[in-house]
Amino acid sequence: MNNMTSPKSVLNTSQLSVYYGSFLALKNVDMAIQANEVTALIGPSGCGKSTLLRCFNRMNDLIPDAVVEGKVLFNGKDLYGSEINPTEIRSRIGMVFQKPNPFPKSIFDNVAFGLKVNGYTGKMDEAVEWALRQAALWDEVSDRLKKSALTLSGGQQQRLCIARAIAVQPEVILMDEPASALDPIATLAIEELIRELKQLYTIVIVTHNMQQAARVADKTAFLMVDDARGGYLVEYDATSKIFTNPSDSRTEAYITGRFS
Amino acid sequence: MKIRESFPERAENPISGTIVKYLFFLCVLISLLTTAGILYSLLSQAIGFFFEVPLIDFLTGTRWAPILKPQAYGVLPLVCGTLLVAAIAAVVALPVGLATAIFLSEYAPDKIRRILKPLLEILAGVPTVVYGYFALTFVTPQLQKLVPDMLVFNALSAGLVMGIMIIPMVSSLSEDAMLAVPRSLRYAAYALGSTRLEVSLKVVVPAALSGIIASFIIAVSRAIGETMLVTLAAGATPRMTFNVFDSIQTMTAYIVQLSLGEAPHGSLEYNTIFAVGLLLFVMTLIMNVIGHLVVRRWREVY
Repeated sequence: MNNMTSPKSVLNTSQLSVYYGSFLALKNVDMAIQANEVTALIGPSGCGKSTLLRCFNRMNDLIPDAVVEGKVLFNGKDLYGSEINPTEIRSRIGMVFQKPNPFPKSIFDNVAFGLKVNGYTGKMDEAVEWALRQAALWDEVSDRLKKSALTLSGGQQQRLCIARAIAVQPEVILMDEPASALDPIATLAIEELIRELKQLYTIVIVTHNMQQAARVADKTAFLMVDDARGGYLVEYDATSKIFTNPSDSRTEAYITGRFS
Repeated sequence: MKIRESFPERAENPISGTIVKYLFFLCVLISLLTTAGILYSLLSQAIGFFFEVPLIDFLTGTRWAPILKPQAYGVLPLVCGTLLVAAIAAVVALPVGLATAIFLSEYAPDKIRRILKPLLEILAGVPTVVYGYFALTFVTPQLQKLVPDMLVFNALSAGLVMGIMIIPMVSSLSEDAMLAVPRSLRYAAYALGSTRLEVSLKVVVPAALSGIIASFIIAVSRAIGETMLVTLAAGATPRMTFNVFDSIQTMTAYIVQLSLGEAPHGSLEYNTIFAVGLLLFVMTLIMNVIGHLVVRRWREVY
């Protein structure tokens, strides 16, 4: 099921485990994320899918007591190697969060933020417009860029957060349940956007919504949790395979709603 | 189980409800009425003073000598001394206090913060008379080694120690404002490749700005109104100067000096303290109004 040697794989984990203090959140995950694909992480609450996502841009570093064991390779380089600067990594592997979290600044300043902290020397206006167009938000906000981002609707705020993430042109975009706080119409807009964005970016998305995984993801990973072992990866395969003909009976049980 | 049937009748008692409401309102009234009372007593006694000394002369005169012949009632030397000490204090306390708050809220691990914050607040609880003697008997002699011409009573050591005194006020209130900034905003900034310093200065401080400015205003108002420290360490020489090594007199220190019985009750000299007190009241009021306007203009609502 793993394709560790594929030249196209952007992120590879091997024997990846995460502890929060003495609590084992994720155990021995081996998986490879392919370039320009959407990879969905699904599974019940507490299975470690968000923890796994945060390993990819070292956001777990910000959580006191979090310990990461095993390896994560980013384009073949050890993401947790001593020569790696996590700040630099985060500008190359962007993240969109569960609840829209625009800065309490103008729409323009939100998108320009990442450009500024990364020392962008080009034309700010053009880069901001490009990112907003990519996020399918430009037509809705082009006449009010100086307005506070908080005047936007929830769905627009989330697309602004996506624009903010892609403004720095990361290779990978991590999305942690990006539509779970949105209404169905805004959710569809985000899903449409995800399908567009995979032309340019590699996307890893955590979702609680199995239909969403089926709609947007090329590959799907199913994680589970039990008290003895913490979270672990059960099955990782093409989305169509996972949803129609899973190899593992536990995956089938979850997909068909026999447990959550 | 019949739970519902075991409840007694709970008809609202209109009398006790009303009594409670007015009791609470009475507590509100206490502070409102006190403020009004203070303003009334200041105004009523200051008016008598302003019949004899025109307001314009009081506000623009550059010589203050109510108890020395020839008498003069120009308040500017006292205002100058007050603002000089407050400015020195602000120069110390605002940057140091803000940096302390940033350290506590963004850099310090939880354990360290839980130890440091109460320690800082102890600093705020030290009686001001102790700070006054600290300025006079420790800071001034040390500074005199560097600046031999410096007078024993001087604006600099009073201002420096006052600055140290109000650091906890700035840091504690600013830190509260910064801790209230949602974590999600910090994560958003980190996820874009921001360093800790960038997260602190470009996200957390702007988002907490209204609270931070409020802490500055409260601290500087405190510096303007502080009495004992400046009475002990800054001197009793009303002087129009920006020389920080000179002895000066602040408005509050003057009020103390005169209250100690240097002028007969009811005399023109005596009533100067109400005029000065009224001006002090107006100054802090203006500062608070400016603060509110600044906060309204700059705050980031999250």
